[in-house]
Amino acid sequence: MYTKDGESYFVLDSHLHFWDASPSNWIKGQEQYAKGWIECFHAYQGLGPPETHWSIEHFQKYSEADFEKDVFQDGHVDMAIFQSTYLRDWYTKGFNAIEQNAPLLDRFPGKLIVNGRWDPRDGEAGIQQLEADHARYGLRGVKLYTAEWKGSSRGWTLRDPEAVPFLEKCEELGIKNIHVHKGPTIWPLDKDGFDVSDIDQAATSFPGLNFIVEHVGLPRIEDFCFMATQEPNVYAGLSVVVGGLMYARPRFFAKVMGELLFWVGEDKMLFGSDYGIWEPRWQVEGLVDWDYPDDQFSDYPRWTTAAKKKVLGLNAARLYGVEVPAELRLPDDVDGGAPADPSSAQLVEGAA
Amino acid sequence: MITRAQVRSALATVYDPELDEPITGLGFVGSCVVGETGDVDVHLRLPTSQCAPNFAFLMASDAHRALERVPGVGEVRVVLDDHYTGEEINAAVGSGAGFAGAFPGETSGDLEALRTLFRRKALLAHQGHLCARLLAGDADPIDVVALRVSDLPDTRHAVRAIALRDELGLPSGPDTPALVAGDGTAIPAGDLAGWLRRARLVGLSLESNGGICRSLLRVRYGVPDPTEEVAA
Repeated sequence: MYTKDGESYFVLDSHLHFWDASPSNWIKGQEQYAKGWIECFHAYQGLGPPETHWSIEHFQKYSEADFEKDVFQDGHVDMAIFQSTYLRDWYTKGFNAIEQNAPLLDRFPGKLIVNGRWDPRDGEAGIQQLEADHARYGLRGVKLYTAEWKGSSRGWTLRDPEAVPFLEKCEELGIKNIHVHKGPTIWPLDKDGFDVSDIDQAATSFPGLNFIVEHVGLPRIEDFCFMATQEPNVYAGLSVVVGGLMYARPRFFAKVMGELLFWVGEDKMLFGSDYGIWEPRWQVEGLVDWDYPDDQFSDYPRWTTAAKKKVLGLNAARLYGVEVPAELRLPDDVDGGAPADPSSAQLVEGAA
Repeated sequence: MITRAQVRSALATVYDPELDEPITGLGFVGSCVVGETGDVDVHLRLPTSQCAPNFAFLMASDAHRALERVPGVGEVRVVLDDHYTGEEINAAVGSGAGFAGAFPGETSGDLEALRTLFRRKALLAHQGHLCARLLAGDADPIDVVALRVSDLPDTRHAVRAIALRDELGLPSGPDTPALVAGDGTAIPAGDLAGWLRRARLVGLSLESNGGICRSLLRVRYGVPDPTEEVAA
């Protein structure tokens, strides 16, 4: 919980990690990729305030005690969702596979949700693994990383027919939240690897699932916004937007927030710190303090206290069925969460 | 004997296809050496080692082609540094093997469709800037959509919009519409507000991606960033 100026905010960090990218976890012969991946992330940390930067050694592997301090003690986070990312072609134990995340669940009972993953290229064995993970962890969501390498393949899309049985299985098991993270390497390589139109197709075919597009589809925020306007079950994951822009590019951040509030709407935006890339503390405090810098932004929706409460935690709590203490809900929200507002698409058409 | 200035201006014609900015302004040219016999050795660098291989290839091969067109140039060598597919890209650019040659079996065609898609986005973005300027001071949308290319102000966005129309095969003569839809026709006045809202978002996307790229390049190589908002 974070309290400022008499207002208290329930903080549900919808996107963070507990990874091991230290050299002892690099696969022999793949060291350049394992090293390049974590160094790329480390450079991203450089976009946050200098006092929050870590050494590369600390960044490669941080401890459970670091996690507790940065997230729960200093970071104002009430609950958090682990987004498991495997990358087993590069990291022996995985980058942050579900088994690596799970021990923290026992250490911080009731405060962490762990999401699973699947990969359509795993076929029937992948379906069985998903069922087993669900039986063991009671999954409410999965994180899909479409640019993950597997053997000679450099990625996949939600349009692949092989993805359909996995989406059907999620529906059947009640794994309702599908977080999608786009990356640069989609087969075939001559196509735009960041293209989000496959999510559009899946969201239409599976209206009972929620699709949370991580880092709002960056670098294709425009395609993401046009899609989210039309699809009631598509949400914006704000990881990277806050961490990468709020401090380093405040004017861009203001425009991006304004566009997201206009096209996607405050009911469908979810805060995510992307810890360990960026610590949650400065992001949570910054979002509560934030407002448009000047009157050049007057035709964007306002960033109200209610909007802050929804984005920082209440929206994610609704998607994940998390009970929010009564005093931290919005005044008109007696049952703990209203359904997503599907009228945002009409709103945009009316304004256009 | 060719000069460094000639080489620099050839490189300034090479655009990042995704951001629609010259690679020279983005800081992607890491080094550029002109030998005594006119040989040119250029090293390119990108914001991350994982930047998309298709755009990386386009910039390296476009740079190679632009340098080969410099009159009197000797041997041209373009090397992409510190990239996870650098080896494949450098070999194919050097031998002229093309994108499919760099990644055999991993492509379904050449990169022209991708290039066209991003030219269309860039055209919309530049036109959005132009339109906002033309609408300033409460101009009537009916008057704005009636403007011709010859009425456009002499700005970077106007110059680039016309160049992109040429590259996309859209009409761009002085008497054609100043602002065009994707098919080259004028935008109906009643659609202008919604069209501008979309154009503005596409423009923001290109600019914020460019901003992130510059920030990462600064962190990675210590390249000063002239567009920086916050001192490092």
